[in-house]
Amino acid sequence: MDQRIEVRIVGVSLYYGKFLALRHIDLDVPANQITAIIGPSGSGKSSLLRTINRMNEVIPGSRLEGQVLVSGQSIYAQNVDVVEVRRKVGMVFQRPNPFPQSIYDNVAYGPRIHGIKEKRALDDIVERSLRRSALWDEAKDKLRKSALALSGGQQQRVCIARALAVDPQVLLMDEPASALDPIATLKIEDLMRELRQAYTVVVVTHNMQQAARVSDWTAVLMPALDRAGELIEFDKTAKIFTNPSDKRTEDYITGRLG
Amino acid sequence: MSSRTTEKAAFLIMALCALLVVLPVIGIVAYVVAKGAPAISWEFVSAMPKRGMKAGGIFPAIWGTTLLVVGTAVFSVPLGIGAAVYLSEYAPDNRLTKIIRMAIVNLAGIPSVVYGLFGLGLFVVFLGFGTSLLAGSLTLAVLVLPVIITTAEEAIRAVPQDYRYASLALGATKWQTVRYQVLPHGLPGTLTGVVLALGRAAGETAPILFTAAAFFLPRLPTSPFDQVMALPYHLFVIATQVPKMPESLQYGTALVLLALVVIAYAAATAIRMRLRRR
Repeated sequence: MDQRIEVRIVGVSLYYGKFLALRHIDLDVPANQITAIIGPSGSGKSSLLRTINRMNEVIPGSRLEGQVLVSGQSIYAQNVDVVEVRRKVGMVFQRPNPFPQSIYDNVAYGPRIHGIKEKRALDDIVERSLRRSALWDEAKDKLRKSALALSGGQQQRVCIARALAVDPQVLLMDEPASALDPIATLKIEDLMRELRQAYTVVVVTHNMQQAARVSDWTAVLMPALDRAGELIEFDKTAKIFTNPSDKRTEDYITGRLG
Repeated sequence: MSSRTTEKAAFLIMALCALLVVLPVIGIVAYVVAKGAPAISWEFVSAMPKRGMKAGGIFPAIWGTTLLVVGTAVFSVPLGIGAAVYLSEYAPDNRLTKIIRMAIVNLAGIPSVVYGLFGLGLFVVFLGFGTSLLAGSLTLAVLVLPVIITTAEEAIRAVPQDYRYASLALGATKWQTVRYQVLPHGLPGTLTGVVLALGRAAGETAPILFTAAAFFLPRLPTSPFDQVMALPYHLFVIATQVPKMPESLQYGTALVLLALVVIAYAAATAIRMRLRRR
């Protein structure tokens, strides 16, 4: 494989208290590609996604074994600042969650907390980020209006712009379209294909068609008997959906499992 | 009885209960307004008392209560909001936190006269502040702390978790998240608690009885270590200690106190509406 690897998950097990949520996951996420994580509910898709920006740590009692490397750097090492990790690895959540502020202030929030104060610089970042999230044309005349006045799909694109504004290398998306209608969903998927040029995208989805439509690579998680999530297969999306190596993958994508 | 009739009867009884709650409020306000209004004049709210307080104005008491409330706010608001943020955002769920919470609940249950004695012991005598604006403000601050902490914590907890996650995921530190998302969005609710608490402080008599209030002062206080006159204490004094006090002056004083508190509530509501609309 001549692909550059952006995110390397090495032997990761994740506990919530005593409960083992993920068992010994190894996964290499290729750079500038879209990697989908699929699997039935409770298989640990979101948990796995959150290990890549250490958002698993906001849940009290969570504990991680193993290593996660982003651009070759271990993000769980002692001397690593979690703030720096999350800046490099952006995240978009399942429910659009813009702050109850203006579109501009939403997008400028990240750059501002990282110390950019100059209005010109912020203006540039806001415009560039909104262009990248394909919202500029719709939003440019109402940047000072509340982001909550937008439709759900537009709100999600504000959130994407907000994540892009801090210039991440990796963009994590946790079922980014599951709360949206079909048309807004297709727009988000188009956007993901665009984003792939500049970012490494990892997307959790419970929508098999979406994984098949949009992703280059697919990782399949499956809960074991003790409910711990295991990675049972990782391959090119085309291969997973036409000729999976694991029987459980085939059962799952054809709807017999999960 | 058919279930429809039972439903109707229950509904009627509950509606009556709700109405009964409103009655005393209207009754008290109407009574105080009717009896006190004749006393209200520009002189009454702006002049010093005359002839053993049987005439003239009550300005020193209005001014004193205002200063006491401001002093109370200065001490209790930062402390209360700080504690609320700690409890809702940072505190681990351990024994110490439980003890703190228990202390807050118990603090709320202590009778106000006990606060007065506590303030006398600690602020007036031990710390040597004397009977003063400072000692009274501190005593009232301790009294209203539980209200401020509890309402502020509730308001802060009600800020959707989504905002915290979004902020943290952008690389904000916990403090930045609190400062720029949690506090601003918890502010309207917090403000309600603060104003309710300060309204209560304005009307309390017992805590300032031993710590701040003076029967009569010929001039206005000039330092935090001066004694002050205060509306609730003034009302208590003219109602019980001064013989042949004109009744209208007593109700006039009560009306002024009531009006001050209502104005504060109204201002807070207006500010809250503005904040919500943003």
